[in-house]
Amino acid sequence: MTTFTNVPKQVEALLEQCSGTISRRKFLESSGLLVVSVGAAAVAGPFAPSANAQAPGPYPDPNFLQLDSWIVIHQDNTATFYVGKTDCGQGTGTAFRQMMSDELDIAYDKTTCIMGRTDITVDQGGSGGSDAIQTDGWPMRRVAAEARRVLLGMASTRFGVPLDQLAVSEGVIAVKADPSRRVTYGELVGGRRFNVTLTGNDINATTGAATVKAVQELRIVGQSPQRYDIPAKVDGSLKWAVDVKVPGMVHARNVKPPVAGAKLVSIDESSVRAIPGFIKVVSKGNYVAVVCEREEQAVKAARQLKVDWQKPATPSFPASEDLYSYMRSATPTSRQGPNVVGNPDAALASAAKVVEAEYDVPFQGHTAFAPAHAMADPSNGQMTIYSNDMKSYGMRSGVAQFLGMPRDQVRVVWMEGPQGYGRTAADDAGFEAAFLAKEIGRPVRVQWMRHEETGWDSKGPAFTFKIRGGLDARGNLIALDYTAQAADYCHLGYNEAETVLIAQLMGTRRATPDAGSAGTPSNMYDIPNKRTATAVVSLPLVWETPLRTGNLRDPNGPQITFAAESFIDEMAAAANADPVEFRMRLLTAGTAEDSGFKRARSIAVLEAAAEAFGWEPRPSPKPLDTGTILTGRGIAYTFRSQTVVAEIAEVEVNRLSGHVWVKRLVCAHDCGLVINPEGLRRTVEGGMLHSLSRALHEEVRFDTEKTTGVDWISHPSLRHADTPARIDVVLVNGDPNPNRPDLPHYGAGETVCRPLIAAVANAIYDATGVRLRRVPFRDVRVLAALKAARV
Amino acid sequence: MSIITLKVNGGTHTLDIDPSTPLLYILRNDVGVQGPHFGCGLGQCGACTVIINGAAVRSCITPCSAVRGEITTLEGLAKDGTLHPVQRAWIEEQVPQCGFCQNGQIMNAKVLLDRNPNPTDAQIREGMAGALCRCMTYYRVQAAIKRAAVSLAAGGPVSDKGGLA
Repeated sequence: MTTFTNVPKQVEALLEQCSGTISRRKFLESSGLLVVSVGAAAVAGPFAPSANAQAPGPYPDPNFLQLDSWIVIHQDNTATFYVGKTDCGQGTGTAFRQMMSDELDIAYDKTTCIMGRTDITVDQGGSGGSDAIQTDGWPMRRVAAEARRVLLGMASTRFGVPLDQLAVSEGVIAVKADPSRRVTYGELVGGRRFNVTLTGNDINATTGAATVKAVQELRIVGQSPQRYDIPAKVDGSLKWAVDVKVPGMVHARNVKPPVAGAKLVSIDESSVRAIPGFIKVVSKGNYVAVVCEREEQAVKAARQLKVDWQKPATPSFPASEDLYSYMRSATPTSRQGPNVVGNPDAALASAAKVVEAEYDVPFQGHTAFAPAHAMADPSNGQMTIYSNDMKSYGMRSGVAQFLGMPRDQVRVVWMEGPQGYGRTAADDAGFEAAFLAKEIGRPVRVQWMRHEETGWDSKGPAFTFKIRGGLDARGNLIALDYTAQAADYCHLGYNEAETVLIAQLMGTRRATPDAGSAGTPSNMYDIPNKRTATAVVSLPLVWETPLRTGNLRDPNGPQITFAAESFIDEMAAAANADPVEFRMRLLTAGTAEDSGFKRARSIAVLEAAAEAFGWEPRPSPKPLDTGTILTGRGIAYTFRSQTVVAEIAEVEVNRLSGHVWVKRLVCAHDCGLVINPEGLRRTVEGGMLHSLSRALHEEVRFDTEKTTGVDWISHPSLRHADTPARIDVVLVNGDPNPNRPDLPHYGAGETVCRPLIAAVANAIYDATGVRLRRVPFRDVRVLAALKAARV
Repeated sequence: MSIITLKVNGGTHTLDIDPSTPLLYILRNDVGVQGPHFGCGLGQCGACTVIINGAAVRSCITPCSAVRGEITTLEGLAKDGTLHPVQRAWIEEQVPQCGFCQNGQIMNAKVLLDRNPNPTDAQIREGMAGALCRCMTYYRVQAAIKRAAVSLAAGGPVSDKGGLA
């Protein structure tokens, strides 16, 4: 039996082949790519002659309408799945294997999965939007079901018996009446093509003639096989994108402008020429990089290079302490809405009680654990980029456009890297490496330094909110007036040749900034009179700025839900109602059609979270404790796409220091059909703690010309000491017909990031009676609020 | 440039390098190990941790010339093809998300358990303070350390620094 490694090790084989340490034939055998070449020139993908590492190119797109582009059966009765997704660390590759193995009827441990390599995997766009399971999982399931159907047809022909007299189990098809007559998938098609054409107007619609299994027939989905990628991450054997080395490779480091918007005046190359291994200073516009033979030489040269810059004449942005007043007084660059339901003005005018509140959320960085990096190899007049870009396909198109190369001459080999979460969908290093490789004519590895990454990565936009709500005499929420403003003008696209930072610095960017967006709350509350309006504002400096905004894990969700669910809590307190009961009342009041059963599922997660926590109904805040440590609990709920979550935080607030410790977290989570429960639990835990870091620590700070957080001291993140003592994840199936055979699998990951900040704020209020309306809840800010309230 | 000899995971490497170079770059680019990662280059995150003389050392801020003693990297924890109990606990607990920081988590946990085979929750939080994770796997890291402690107490391989009596 073939001992399967995993995707990264398959990529490792590719790299070893690049380095000439294994033969081409061995590589092809191990990767299932050795085939009898039949009409090979017409195909791309796993069977293409260009699929090996040293192929001179071009690298045409694999055809998603060919079954052979998705699944290869090997002679030893194992299978390799080729999918156009990437894994940001949530174990999606394992989930894909589960779904496809199940539909193919082959044992999970007889399969492997290759992801995100643009020349051999179909273009499913890479990762983003938590759509891997919800959207891309469907064509994966259907093509695997189609492969099973085709294999059964082959067996039927071989044995001369009808399909209904065949049984299939774990890659072996047997005649029911005579199980000694059996054939394996490998014997039927191992190492050969299916030559089956699929249908579908786009890749998400790809299908064969087969139908997918009913939920009740799935055997591997719903189990929790361990993630295949973890052993190599634990024993040090994984080859990450940072590990790529090829002969002749050199190292580059960027030299960023010292302040935002600075213009390059001159470079004194003599300041670094004496450094051993120095090759070249490359500059174009305001982009500057140094290239050296060795990494430490490039680090030294980047630090040592003397560059004259001209600072802009006017401030690039307000200092971070002035940000919110700036945003509130700025003239929006665009507005959305207002969207009006009922008559909110009249309802507010007649309300028994009106509450008004403003909330602020700062710019928050991705601050990936390791800086941006990539290696680009210009051999054979092509461009191969080794990258952890979560949207490798977009990088391929973007780099081709950026360099003016045909797409077919560019390929991106996705490899694992530090967490994606949106940063690597607007990647920089891949573009820089490719540009420098073209300039130098050698393979170039680029890696940012920590200060660049923390200072200059893309940021989640800052928000200000103003919300008014009205209660009737019985404490029902009868009116809500919501306005949000986001500092999101010139929001970055995905791997765009015309907005990527190097294009901005070089002056090859496009003229028109993206409009950006704010957003409105996601909940199923029935509020009879409602107005929502949003606006985007711009900072003075639009381009070439370290405050360039991009998609940060669940873009805008944590900001909006912090305000929206804090405010619902404020209304519950004003109504002297229990926060769970108040929300339940708003959910159960709804009578509109319940599309996707989101209202029913919202009620289910609220109930499940309250039960798991042991929630005792009472209004917030609770009577103030007498000791130093004040304790409280808070809840928040929302949905994202079709996934619904409710989260409860239990906090300890130190009255003397202002320190907040979230002692316990509960998440009730409904994403429909769960593929891998244990994998999901860990994704939920990590996502909640990421938002906890944003709740307690994270804030991009800046003066009027530069960001001042440049490392883990000046830009703190969650640490071991902040970890809750207990986290409970409750997986809920709140579908009104929970056993329906077509229960969908929704996107699971990002929704959990969304309500956590509000849950913490609501818990702090419960503990202290003090409402924190500005993120993050740093000790000093909490202490000041407690003192102001004489707590 | 000067000749420097480094002992890494049982092997000896004699290299002609700038002795002020941070050990991390030499390990990754010349010695050929890839367990230690670059995270910050400032000794703040733990990604680059290696073990020297029983101590967790930040190889990104340690000049090669300052190294005295054998260097153990993540690749060197397994003995004779058997994973260290800490590594086994990491797999059993399914700790990593992206996994990029886990070198720092595992190496610091190994040193912590060598010095204190049965740490309390507070001691784990204190002992692991310098190991950052941006996927926020802390909860599972802490669970895996407790799991490894149980495994070590039950007779797992004794550490090379004699942390277990």
